[in-house]
Amino acid sequence: MSAPVMLGMPALPPTSPRGVGNLRGDEKFPVAARHALADTQLRRNLGKATGTIRAKRAQVVSEVPDWEELREAGRQLKVHTMARLPEYLAQFEGAVTARGGVVHWARDAAEANAIVLDLVQAKSVDEVVKVKSMATQEIGLNEALEAGGIAALETDLAELIVQLGHDRPSHILVPAIHRNRAEIREIFLAEMEDVDAGLTDEPAALAGAARQHLRRKFLSAKVGISGANFGVAETGTLSVVESEGNGRMCLTLPETLITIMGIEKLVPRWQDLEVFLQLLPRSSTGERMNPYTSMWTGVTPGDGPQEFHLILLDNGRTAVLADAGGRDALNCIRCSACLNVCPVYERTGGHAYGSVYPGPIGAILSPQLTGIEDNASLPYASSLCGACYDVCPVKIDIPSILVHLRARHTEAHAAAHRVPSAEATAMAAAAWVMGNPTRWTLALRGGRLGRALGRKRGVIGEVPLPVVKEWTDARDFARPPKQTFRDWWATERGRT
Amino acid sequence: MRIALFITCLADAMFPDVGQATVRVLERLGHSVDFPAGQTCCGQMHVNTGYQKQALPLVQRFADVFEPYEVVVAPSGSCVGSVRHQHQMLAERFGTPQLVTRVRGIAAKTYELSELLIDVLDVTDVGAYFPHRVTYHPTCHSLRMLRVGDKPLRLLRCVDGLELVELPAADECCGFGGTFAIKNSDTSTAMLADKMRNVLSTGAEICTAGDSSCLMHIGGGLSRLRTGAKTVHLAQILAATRQEPMVLASGRQDAPPHSGPEAVL
Repeated sequence: MSAPVMLGMPALPPTSPRGVGNLRGDEKFPVAARHALADTQLRRNLGKATGTIRAKRAQVVSEVPDWEELREAGRQLKVHTMARLPEYLAQFEGAVTARGGVVHWARDAAEANAIVLDLVQAKSVDEVVKVKSMATQEIGLNEALEAGGIAALETDLAELIVQLGHDRPSHILVPAIHRNRAEIREIFLAEMEDVDAGLTDEPAALAGAARQHLRRKFLSAKVGISGANFGVAETGTLSVVESEGNGRMCLTLPETLITIMGIEKLVPRWQDLEVFLQLLPRSSTGERMNPYTSMWTGVTPGDGPQEFHLILLDNGRTAVLADAGGRDALNCIRCSACLNVCPVYERTGGHAYGSVYPGPIGAILSPQLTGIEDNASLPYASSLCGACYDVCPVKIDIPSILVHLRARHTEAHAAAHRVPSAEATAMAAAAWVMGNPTRWTLALRGGRLGRALGRKRGVIGEVPLPVVKEWTDARDFARPPKQTFRDWWATERGRT
Repeated sequence: MRIALFITCLADAMFPDVGQATVRVLERLGHSVDFPAGQTCCGQMHVNTGYQKQALPLVQRFADVFEPYEVVVAPSGSCVGSVRHQHQMLAERFGTPQLVTRVRGIAAKTYELSELLIDVLDVTDVGAYFPHRVTYHPTCHSLRMLRVGDKPLRLLRCVDGLELVELPAADECCGFGGTFAIKNSDTSTAMLADKMRNVLSTGAEICTAGDSSCLMHIGGGLSRLRTGAKTVHLAQILAATRQEPMVLASGRQDAPPHSGPEAVL
């Protein structure tokens, strides 16, 4: 946060700190995308997987006669919750505590990691089991635990693959989408203890190997760590929605359960889950209902974990809430429907975005969590086609937020720099020309100079000039016409 | 009906044939067309690139120029989308309450060509003749912002001699996206590759759409790869008649819209 705060103006809430977590990439999107686009296996895997999920989602959504009403209800519930977030958080804390849970508040990733590490070390264990959690990916929990001498074992199959492969997730829902089964087999053979040397790459065999590996871990783990899909303010209930059953294992077997939840995951009342449990499975995996939905409230003596810790995570969320034009990004229920329909994501994959939140939602959430300057290329990583908005189960207007963030970026840049960027200068020049019809008419006539090019084929081919070449490297360009429309009108139609 | 033409900055500069075709269609249907020369640009490029304040004078100009008219038409789904969805936002952010009201009123009477023909002028058969195999690409703004639905297809189905072939994966973005095509040219080209593959799979000679911007991008790719297919704007197809057919001169994107004598209108 580098902009000076003027006297009397409230400072913006802090964004997610640098140096911790996985919200920032090493390369700008256009550069990262260029490499990803050349990866033919990634292209094939992504095209196939997203195409399949798209079709499944469309099918199960078409079965629901009140889908649009559900979407609107989901949207309204989320908007309502965000408008009263402090009040609902207070209610939630009270309800969790009343049922025997312990609530911790973590301003940012570093604080959250420190709290978890302290809790785990207090249990004198060197290993914990984890349910897939985007929030823990976001804060880099596994790395922090490892630095503290604790091994955090992922139990979601795709996260396990990513972890054993010393890799990063590339999709919110299916994090190992960039891998094929031959690669997965290799990873298991190299990294999984006690794996059968004759392991094939048949999906059933791979799943079987993972199951055996994980079952041992589930039965011996003393501490489980999870995220949460939803938290119910009214009752203090948390919910995890999953497909594989590893969540159910990790949430019920260990003695101690630690849950990290972003503060935006709240819903007001128990009955509100009815809306979201219909929206989420159909939007994410394209199923009418997911196999395992777990809900737990505090501690139940003699049943399940006897110690429950809930860590409420901010890490930039209040900063997002503070921006009226961008706060709807917090309404996200992490279904990943937007990733699966995005033509950009489909071709570049998640790693190109640099953040654990990629795709359309990532392009609006990651820059707001980190501060736009740390993810400045993400709001532009979109053709604004709008496919994401059409499928978002809570109707987040992603294209409008992208446009809003582009404006925030250029305005912040202008405020922080005395010399305008080349782009800002060019845009100002264009606006000046377009601001007056006489200037515009003259400028258009000047464009006829372009007719010097393209005589041979009747179209302009490659032009080795900066900016222009970004177009002409791949596409021809039409020759400027002999006469602009307005000149034609003025002369042929005898009027100006 | 007296209709004001918003030519769009792109068509004004690069594709005047599209404007001429729009005029021809509307006049053939018995309406009078005005081209208020004070117009320049809707401001979409500035807004989408993040320069909102710079676009305010363009929004004001659009309001000043088109307010006197009952109906405004543009041969561009994206420009009409900008007028309908971005002008009010800009007026609210940087303008006055009066400008907001004015802008809202003008947005309500600004139409994309297929919307104008079907919803306002109540016509589907405009008397066109275009004996070619054609596939239609629904541009993202027409599809998702304006929700024109199948209006362009209904118009194309009434064109005499036209063989309409459905475009596979039609709903997928072509990859233009304004400055996206420059800033993220690799990804834009990858999307273009798939759009071209789908266009070519139809065996169509012509790919058409209601937006010169997308057509410039798709057509630029089809031309670069010498595919033997080209792009023509929906307005140009609707303007072509048996008396004045459109001649698609070989290898030239800027072919004249008709080969016969200049129409005396």
